[in-house]
Amino acid sequence: MRSVWAFAAMAALSVLTVSTTTLAGEPKQGGILRMYHRDSPGNASIHEGATYSLNVPFMPVFNNLVIYKQDEAQNRMDNIVPELAESWAWVNDNKTLAFKLRQGVKWHDGKPFTAADVKCTFDMLMGKAPQKFRQNPRKSWYDQVNDISTNGDFEVSFNLKRPQPSLLALLASGYTPVYPCHVSPGDMRTHPIGTGPFKFVEFKANESIKLTRNPDYWRKGRPYLDGIEFTIIPNRSTAILAFVAGKFDMAFPTEVSIPLLKDVKSQAPNAVCVVEPNNVATNIIVNSSAPPFDNIDIRRAMALSLDRKAFISIMFEGQGDVGGTMEPAPAGLWAMPKEMLESIPGYGPDINANREEAKKLMQKAGYGPDKHLAVKVSTRNIPVYRDPAVILIDQLKSIYIDGELDVVETANWFPKIARKDYMLGLNLTGNAVDDPDQSFYENYSCGSERNYTNYCNKEIEKLFDVQSQETDIAKRKKLVWDIDKKLQEDVARPIIFHARTGSCWQPYVKGVTVMSNSSYNGYRYEDVWMDK
Amino acid sequence: MFAYLVRRLFLMLVTLFGISVVIFFLLRIVPGNIVDILFAAAGYVDPADKANLEKELGIDRPLIVQYWHWISGFLRGDFGYSYVSEKPALQEILPRIPITARLAGLALLFSASIGIPLGVISAVRQGTRLDYALRVVSLSGLSLPSFWLGLLILTASVAMFNQMPIFNPNPATWLEAFATYAVPAAAVGFRSAALTMRITRSSMLEVLRQDYIRTARAKGASDAAVNYKHALKNAILPVITVIGIEAAFLIGGLIVTETVFNIPGVARFLVEAIRWRDYPIVQNLVMLIAVVVVSANFIVDMLYAVFDPRIRYTD
Repeated sequence: MRSVWAFAAMAALSVLTVSTTTLAGEPKQGGILRMYHRDSPGNASIHEGATYSLNVPFMPVFNNLVIYKQDEAQNRMDNIVPELAESWAWVNDNKTLAFKLRQGVKWHDGKPFTAADVKCTFDMLMGKAPQKFRQNPRKSWYDQVNDISTNGDFEVSFNLKRPQPSLLALLASGYTPVYPCHVSPGDMRTHPIGTGPFKFVEFKANESIKLTRNPDYWRKGRPYLDGIEFTIIPNRSTAILAFVAGKFDMAFPTEVSIPLLKDVKSQAPNAVCVVEPNNVATNIIVNSSAPPFDNIDIRRAMALSLDRKAFISIMFEGQGDVGGTMEPAPAGLWAMPKEMLESIPGYGPDINANREEAKKLMQKAGYGPDKHLAVKVSTRNIPVYRDPAVILIDQLKSIYIDGELDVVETANWFPKIARKDYMLGLNLTGNAVDDPDQSFYENYSCGSERNYTNYCNKEIEKLFDVQSQETDIAKRKKLVWDIDKKLQEDVARPIIFHARTGSCWQPYVKGVTVMSNSSYNGYRYEDVWMDK
Repeated sequence: MFAYLVRRLFLMLVTLFGISVVIFFLLRIVPGNIVDILFAAAGYVDPADKANLEKELGIDRPLIVQYWHWISGFLRGDFGYSYVSEKPALQEILPRIPITARLAGLALLFSASIGIPLGVISAVRQGTRLDYALRVVSLSGLSLPSFWLGLLILTASVAMFNQMPIFNPNPATWLEAFATYAVPAAAVGFRSAALTMRITRSSMLEVLRQDYIRTARAKGASDAAVNYKHALKNAILPVITVIGIEAAFLIGGLIVTETVFNIPGVARFLVEAIRWRDYPIVQNLVMLIAVVVVSANFIVDMLYAVFDPRIRYTD
């Protein structure tokens, strides 16, 4: 009998627990999410920008055709879900990607969304529309798209020159919102109109960005929040102090550095903080068109001198990853296996042996203990650039290279690189999508505008196309590893490390997912809610 | 006096013209323009796109044409459009002016109301412990950079009260309004107060040694009457000069204070505009500041005559 009562009590308790859990876990409607913003973005047009200072506040205004699942940290091809498209299919020998569009969706100004909006957005991106973007940094993403065709108001097809399975991944990026045809690119820079969960209210430069709930959002019951307010605070110390004091519900995503994380956790122990890689690689750009780095021996010696783990331990207390061009595993999907990585010159674990080999190459090029090579290491005047540049200079000393830091103001950085007015540069490259097509074509393809070093290897270029058309993931991975290895051996743009960063929010903020293989794709915020 | 006024006004106009030329051409000498920065933010460089944008913004035209376009617009009150926000420059600048004006006004008030009385006390009690203590305070005020003092205040308020005196555009209570302006004003005004204190002290010490002060004391005037009526009135001129100069220098302190306390005033806005090479904002804003500073100097000169009847401006 006692056991029966005990069972009944346990059952009652478990029911109570379950219902309490359900209550605590049930999303609540309402509240304004207050977040600080690290910087004042130049404008509000995602298509014209290349920084997540722009994606974070404006991604909630829009929808894509498709998007990476917002509640999974890793972006993968198999977690792409429909947004403005209801379904999609590859047809015509994988040379056409056809979409069926969602019906009844309205732009924030009340006009209906149709296939024409999709066509004019991508025509603008490809430079084929009468209206032009002032800047179009991701034009090369659509190099394989011949044209966009529509069939009625709710069917649209991307007709390709050749199969490109990655197109779907590029379309799922936070960088690929659909714009309305009836709003000019100029107006989209100042007052964006989307179909997304939040409507744009105002953007005061250097002050704030405000969004409000879209009551007519096509996804019923979403978003949970009444609005999002970003207060622009460029001074990181002030911003973190304000977060600690409870002025903000969330810190700007990925903006809490590893050293700062300790301060946050000690001053606000209840804060929820996660550390994730963000697919941003710190790398060296080499001017191989002029002496001394036109000499492959010197470039290889430099790559051999790198002690990548030292960078990571000095700058991030060990929380960083060593890899090639593609983001390292487990967050990255395309990273080559460890043994393969370590077979690349400079990646071997014996740093002293690497440097001895580097010294021999330097001596072969005419340098040695009595004749050092003087180089300028140029970088932007921002701590995340300057700090590794200083460590790099220190490491180069070990192979007879005397580096001098050349700090360049942001305004002059790209013009200087484009003029080839540098020897070595310390650079950061953020990859919008963890996909080889984005990384290879954008950063290493002959003639690409973001291929700052003008690295051009026709053989590798052919391999870019081979991997791009491959539909078998396992086969494609092997091709990608080979290409990545060759890029490192060519010292095209030596990768030093892949960083990890922290994101923090107050414990009552729920439904936040920080993407682990992109800094650009996880800011729709329609599933975020506040338990207070 | 009238002729002097006319001459001063004419010189003011010449000065402002000179400033306009210097601002305009210095901005063009600084490497990089808005187009470079916009493309830096977009992470790529396309020469054709750059050329189109330069043409769209009019920065491909000859400098003299650009200068005339700007200065004639300024004189007509047409400030053009911000290159960054694409909104009218005046619409961007105007709402920020009262914020900085309030902050600067409070900082100057803080400077005068703290600096002058403590300077007088320090001089009157020369050589006492109080004098030494006040001198330490003034020295620390001159030594502490306002951004550091600001951060110290923020850190202390979070650590001790878990409160953050960050800018609140719509303060609900008097306390919030006070925290919005008074704390940053104190941070930036501390240096001016310290300077005012030192100048007041040394000026007072000089005056207190004068014969007429001794005479006043001999005639039985009270200490308060001697110090504040006879001495301070004569010692105040250099203090007014310093406060006038400080008003001009304050903009430098306000830039960092507005950044640390995240106040959306014109000082921080100016720095951001310089960073973006947003010429219409920078040129017009610096010209407005120049007009204020030149006018302030003029007013200070006129105040001399009010405070010291012996000063009369003639041709």
